[in-house]
Amino acid sequence: MATPLIEISGLRKSFGGHDVLKGISLQVMRGQVLALIGPSGSGKSTLLRCINLLTIPEAGRITVGDQTIDFDGRRTALPDDRRLARFRASTGMVFQHFNLFSHMTALQNVMEGPLTVLRTPKAQAAAEARSLLDKVGLLERAGVYPDKLSGGQKQRVAIARALAMRPGVMLFDEATSALDPELVDEVLGVIRGLAREGMTMILVTHEIGFARDVADEVIFMRDGVVAESGPPSRVIDQPQNEATRAFLGRFNAGAGSRVA
Amino acid sequence: MYHWDFGILWTYRTLLIAGLAYTLLFTVICVVLGLLIGLVTGVGRLSKHRFVTVPLRAYVEVFRCTPVLVQLVWFYYALPVLSGIQISAVAAATLCLSLYGGAFYSEIIRGGIISSDNGQIEAARALGMRKHQILRRIVLPQALKRMVPPLMSQSIMQLKNTSLLSVLAVPDLLYQGQVIAHETYRPLELYTFIAVAYFAVLLPVTMWAKRLEFSAPVSEA
Repeated sequence: MATPLIEISGLRKSFGGHDVLKGISLQVMRGQVLALIGPSGSGKSTLLRCINLLTIPEAGRITVGDQTIDFDGRRTALPDDRRLARFRASTGMVFQHFNLFSHMTALQNVMEGPLTVLRTPKAQAAAEARSLLDKVGLLERAGVYPDKLSGGQKQRVAIARALAMRPGVMLFDEATSALDPELVDEVLGVIRGLAREGMTMILVTHEIGFARDVADEVIFMRDGVVAESGPPSRVIDQPQNEATRAFLGRFNAGAGSRVA
Repeated sequence: MYHWDFGILWTYRTLLIAGLAYTLLFTVICVVLGLLIGLVTGVGRLSKHRFVTVPLRAYVEVFRCTPVLVQLVWFYYALPVLSGIQISAVAAATLCLSLYGGAFYSEIIRGGIISSDNGQIEAARALGMRKHQILRRIVLPQALKRMVPPLMSQSIMQLKNTSLLSVLAVPDLLYQGQVIAHETYRPLELYTFIAVAYFAVLLPVTMWAKRLEFSAPVSEA
């Protein structure tokens, strides 16, 4: 049995006395797609942000690939800037609001990580960035600044930017929530393509139909705990937990009309 | 009907040119020193330590909330008495205008840095960039673009403020004009010329600043 690529145990985080994560544990195998679903405020985005340490947990252990960091709540024991940067470089993150660098073209956005972090030679970084833009269908927009791109195009550039670091895992934080409905599918199409290639991914999403399609495992979170987990055919189609049923009720009722 | 005689300007051209040169030189010195003071103050005010931020804040507010003419006179007459160090009018004026400009520059620089987009900083962190790399590659390039137009307009104010130096008998353009006007009884010609000279210097600068503003849009991504 292979060891998991991502392993999280006993993860805790609170903001101002409010416990957002109350001891989360999970595993993701290489090539697996995990979808995190649940109501707003359930802690799913915080959990995702902890995996690449944009949010520093108070307790627990996080392993991504060959790097493990333990947290025991003491400020002095926090990893330094260099360690954090190295850890983050091994995961790719895609944000709800794209967060493209506004003073750089699409191509420069994609080149930035390899150039600055990996110290890839410029010509090589440019060539790789072009092939990634091609992969997300935006090669002809390479020289365009973000303010001239549609939301869907911005998000595809953001995905290419994250992929440029050759991450072992891709994290998607509500990647389609800020998009106009007609632009959602072009982004979901790119994510679907990555799943097909065997990219390990964790998706925080409200696109339940999409989660059912691409995820190997679904975790339903509520109030900072894992309320229910398992394959989508069980968690989404036959939820056991009362809260999961209530949350999915709206989706399952409309499943006939909205096929993602 | 007043009989205009602009021939007088030609007679005194060397003095007027010297005055203009003095004004420009003084502006350059006070802008450069002011920007340095402003950079240190603006970045310093972002510090976490109160013993750094409180004195800097006090400095900025003192200079922003008193008239620059009052400051100039105070630096020339009161500061030597308080400190026991005699300083020349030029030194007092340089010190005062640089500190005055620095107070305003620091607010522009501080604002430019604070208004950085957190989302982009987060994206850079997610790529694995170190703090100094994020500052150099993401925050500063965008902040500088935003700061250029207000820094330019503050520098234009600096040039105009140098006309106040004449009260300390520093031989700038206005002072030379006053001297010549007293000598020739031709104040109308001289003050007209002085106004036109300031305008001729500043109009191209403001137009250039305007172009910078339009060619360097910083939009949200």
